[in-house]
Amino acid sequence: MKTFTFERAATPDQAVDAFTAHERARYLGGGTNLVDLMKLGVESPEHLIDVSGLPLDEVERTPEGGWRVGAAVRNSDLAAHPGVRHDHPVLSQALLAGASGQLRNVATTGGNLLQRTRCPYFQDTSTPCNKREPGTGCSARGGAHRDMAVLGHSPHCVATHPSDMAVALAALDAQVEVLGPEGRRTVPAADFHRLPGDTPQQDTVLRPGELVLAVSVPPPHEGARSAYRKARDRASYAFALASVAAVLAVREGTVTHAALAFGGLAHRPWRARAAEEVLVGSAANAHTFARAADAELGAARPLGDNEFKVPLARSLAVNLLTTLADRSEQGA
Amino acid sequence: MDDHHTRPATSSTVTLHVNGTPHTQTTDHRTTVLDLLREHLGLTGTKKGCDHGQCGACTVLVEGRRANSCLLFAVAHDGAHVTTVEGLGEGERRHPLQDAFVERDAFQCGYCTPGQLCSAVGVLAEAAAGHPSHVTPPPGAGEPRPEGAPVPLTRAEIRERMSGNICRCGAYPHIVEAIEEMGDVAGGMDGGARNTDGARGVPGNPSGVPEEATR
Repeated sequence: MKTFTFERAATPDQAVDAFTAHERARYLGGGTNLVDLMKLGVESPEHLIDVSGLPLDEVERTPEGGWRVGAAVRNSDLAAHPGVRHDHPVLSQALLAGASGQLRNVATTGGNLLQRTRCPYFQDTSTPCNKREPGTGCSARGGAHRDMAVLGHSPHCVATHPSDMAVALAALDAQVEVLGPEGRRTVPAADFHRLPGDTPQQDTVLRPGELVLAVSVPPPHEGARSAYRKARDRASYAFALASVAAVLAVREGTVTHAALAFGGLAHRPWRARAAEEVLVGSAANAHTFARAADAELGAARPLGDNEFKVPLARSLAVNLLTTLADRSEQGA
Repeated sequence: MDDHHTRPATSSTVTLHVNGTPHTQTTDHRTTVLDLLREHLGLTGTKKGCDHGQCGACTVLVEGRRANSCLLFAVAHDGAHVTTVEGLGEGERRHPLQDAFVERDAFQCGYCTPGQLCSAVGVLAEAAAGHPSHVTPPPGAGEPRPEGAPVPLTRAEIRERMSGNICRCGAYPHIVEAIEEMGDVAGGMDGGARNTDGARGVPGNPSGVPEEATR
């Protein structure tokens, strides 16, 4: 690991100023991903700005009746927050489906959004990787790509985004508040991460020096139920092969509201707008749910060894929607 | 020597309160809490396994909460209160969980054991504070437990909550039994960290020291 200088920021403005004042600066949250990437030589910042102690560690009610989650709130605390669990079970469930107890105790909300792919080639500095070193090529496309993307990938990158939390936030129409050298702005969580295109080194739409301040989740939809389901190679402590976050409201047998996002399938949480279009206004039954899943997953372009992800994601979505429809209809 | 004075610092003076004792060290920024404990303070109870946050051998309690010490830069934890396996018991008296591990034969080679113990102490405190896990039934789903009430540590709960600690000898069944026994003793409330040096602990249990069990 290369040597680096270090400072602790007292305010978000101070953090952003420090970023601007240094070459190769990085914000340090809980460090559960960044410290590892520094050990691997994937990241080699010259200056670390510790933002984990910023006064951004509260989960607060918004005036609209939603929740504003500070960027420094730890994953375990957000998952256990009674109000969040009551209003948005999908968010708590997604957090608890990720990582280990030790990691969730340390990892922050902002850091979770900004974690990098776990593509083994990205993490191995001895292999070509366009995300790590633009222009060197993608080792995964012709290599071990069983865990890689089936939707939205490009010739330059087939990596997936590893976060579970971000998938739930995409389905919840959450907003990400950021502060940068040019001031504050808000980005929809569903648009926060990007597709790789020919610039896979860029995971998100954040501009240089922008710092995540908070994530805001709107109040729950009337009568809606939400949940997260994840398939992985072992029962616990593994990244998703495929996952789905869903919010569904059903009234008198008809879907009145639907929001769906897939994880483990793409370079970003995959908000399933095509599936939602099929769902809303249709009869809440297995036939509709399958049609909706197919409408979205028809765009999938599996790589060869990850074809299994398409039927896996389809089953997860159909089963989860069926469960939520029953609960919504019963008012449970 | 001018260069020495103008070059920005890549090391800092850091104080860690380890098992109640403050230790002040000047340390390179690259030093992790794990390396500081083992290489600088001679506290080799905490083990280095993968050094990438995947195996859990390096688990310690920071402000009463379990964490992978290999992923914590010491400089970012200046002033923190850390409890290691050496600090779980009181002097020569073992922590009851350590006794349970011995009685249940919950290890073979023992390399992962300090991490298993610290992690399990964290699990007991988290469950007592009502923190849910991936396998905890949500309130309302036929689950009578009110939000925030202690979560009973069933075997499924223990296995899920301990999944960040790998044991290559495969002592899992006995590890689960030992933790289950601790959960049974006092509804999970008697097994928490004993550090009383200002630990923050888990929310709902701000001292990091579990309340006395109310049976």
